[in-house]
Amino acid sequence: MENLQHNETITQPKKVIEVNQLVKRFGHFTAVDHLSFEVEKGEIFGFLGANGAGKTTAMRMLCGLSKPTEGKGKVAGFDIEHQSEQVKKNIGYMSQKFSLYNDLKVWENIRLFAGIYGMNDNDIKEKTALLLEQLHFEKERNVLVKSLPLGMKQKLAFSVAIFHTPEVVFLDEPTGGVDPTTRRQFWELIYEAAEKGITVFVTTHYMDEAEYCNRVSIMVDGRIEALDSPHNLKTAFEAQNMDEVFQQLARKATRKAD
Amino acid sequence: MKQFLTFVKKEFHHIFRDHRTMLILIGMPIVEIILFGFAITTEVKDSKVAILDPSHDVATRHIIDEINANKYFNVVGYVHNSHDIQRVFKKGEASMVVVFEDRFYETLLHTGKAQIQVIADATDPNTATTITYYVNRIISNYQQTLMEKNKAPYQITPNIKLLFNPEMKGAYNFVPGVLGMILMLICAMMTSIAIVREKETGTMEILLVSPIKPIMIILAKMVPYFVISCFNLATVLLLSVYVLGVPVAGSLTGLILVSLLFIVVSLSLGLLVSTLTNTQLAAMLVSGMVFLLPVILLSGMIFPIENMPMWMQRLSDIIPAKWYIQAVKALMIEGLGIMNILKEVGILSLMTLVFTGISLKKFNVRLD
Repeated sequence: MENLQHNETITQPKKVIEVNQLVKRFGHFTAVDHLSFEVEKGEIFGFLGANGAGKTTAMRMLCGLSKPTEGKGKVAGFDIEHQSEQVKKNIGYMSQKFSLYNDLKVWENIRLFAGIYGMNDNDIKEKTALLLEQLHFEKERNVLVKSLPLGMKQKLAFSVAIFHTPEVVFLDEPTGGVDPTTRRQFWELIYEAAEKGITVFVTTHYMDEAEYCNRVSIMVDGRIEALDSPHNLKTAFEAQNMDEVFQQLARKATRKAD
Repeated sequence: MKQFLTFVKKEFHHIFRDHRTMLILIGMPIVEIILFGFAITTEVKDSKVAILDPSHDVATRHIIDEINANKYFNVVGYVHNSHDIQRVFKKGEASMVVVFEDRFYETLLHTGKAQIQVIADATDPNTATTITYYVNRIISNYQQTLMEKNKAPYQITPNIKLLFNPEMKGAYNFVPGVLGMILMLICAMMTSIAIVREKETGTMEILLVSPIKPIMIILAKMVPYFVISCFNLATVLLLSVYVLGVPVAGSLTGLILVSLLFIVVSLSLGLLVSTLTNTQLAAMLVSGMVFLLPVILLSGMIFPIENMPMWMQRLSDIIPAKWYIQAVKALMIEGLGIMNILKEVGILSLMTLVFTGISLKKFNVRLD
């Protein structure tokens, strides 16, 4: 458990996510068991765990979709239990399922989500032009999203999720089913976002992606079993890569995957 | 508010870009009204007629010849007593029986009055009306010629009796029925599918994580279907008045108001389905099996509710379409005013409250 108290920096940068003894029970089943961790501004935080380890439940609580049974949590400075409306305004979210509307055009999707987050028309117009230029999507502006290739869709979905410059963006297995080249490009976007100061909270099943994170937590049976930078974790577990670290920890799991 | 409008626009995009669904939504009411309308009012040809003629005199023979000569009729035989009449109808040997009284011509000449009974099988009410009307014409023509020839007033009274469906139910009744069915289908089924589709594709999750309020998401989904339903209401009413000649005998305002209320009931039902199901297929099956089928079978659209066993009548009470169709019949066909449908309006309003209440509760529970 000593990893939980790990504090890498001496100076105190802004904490964007603070979680203290967070618990979620469904009847007698404890899905999330006394979770505590902190994530700093601009950090890329990998949230790993086998299926059924409680990742999704924890993430839903952080996004204000589900109320914790016990414990406290703050996201972007707002209490996740009592200020979920404020939390929602300050986060972005992209799920493993494709999260744009297939029957809307590229610009309409951007327009819709920007509108939902309360951006004004001028800002939307300017930023849309800029975004399409950066992604080299100018030609696809008026194309229905369903006719884009998957990699392009994922990039667009991520860009839409951070379009309103949230404090944190939650990515739930964002690269599922995407080819390695596109995955690399996708991670470049993540790095760019982090450089702009957007904190990235990402779950993934790809262990090579875990290596890209600043810090990684590994959940087993509702608890965080390890939390550190990939480098430190590999040293501590005497492992060649993150996959070996993960295997050693996941083997302890008693819970079945759902 | 701007957020809401952006959202409504998005919903319209979803519908307008799905050409197949669009075609169904707009085309179905038209096709259904025309199909139902013309399937029932097809031209009557070669209707089989049986004759009961105890008189066998000049007059009866003349009328029988006239009937037989008419292109719409075909005299298939004679029956000899009233018992045979039942048999002829049951076996389907004739769809009409013309019965002359005893000593027809004699009575007519002496008293100036005589009677003919026209018995028609009214299971198909439109055919029955048409053929009895034709027979009427033939009889009054004969009466006319007789009067001119003899220079004396004669009166032959055709006594029309409709078997199996004496109240002629069904003739105009399909219009309220089709209205109820279409509105139910579009509002309940389409709304539930539209909401569940977002759950299925995962976009609902994104919306729930966003600051937009769930109630806004739902209201925005309902607006387009509300608009389309109003459009369909207009189409159906215009078609039935101008193409099928079904009049709006009572209050048009009342008819529109009760229809709007029914649209709201159906929308709330659709919302309820969407909170209970997780896939489009399930939503479609639930709306189809649990709503549409009972609407067709139990709402009185096709089968008269009065003829059902008691427990089925009670069961039909919980079907919103029953009350709507009842109200529309009162306004459209019986020519009554708004004051006469207060009961139906009350029940429909109550149903809206209950459905919306349950689904909002369910929707919130699901969030946590």
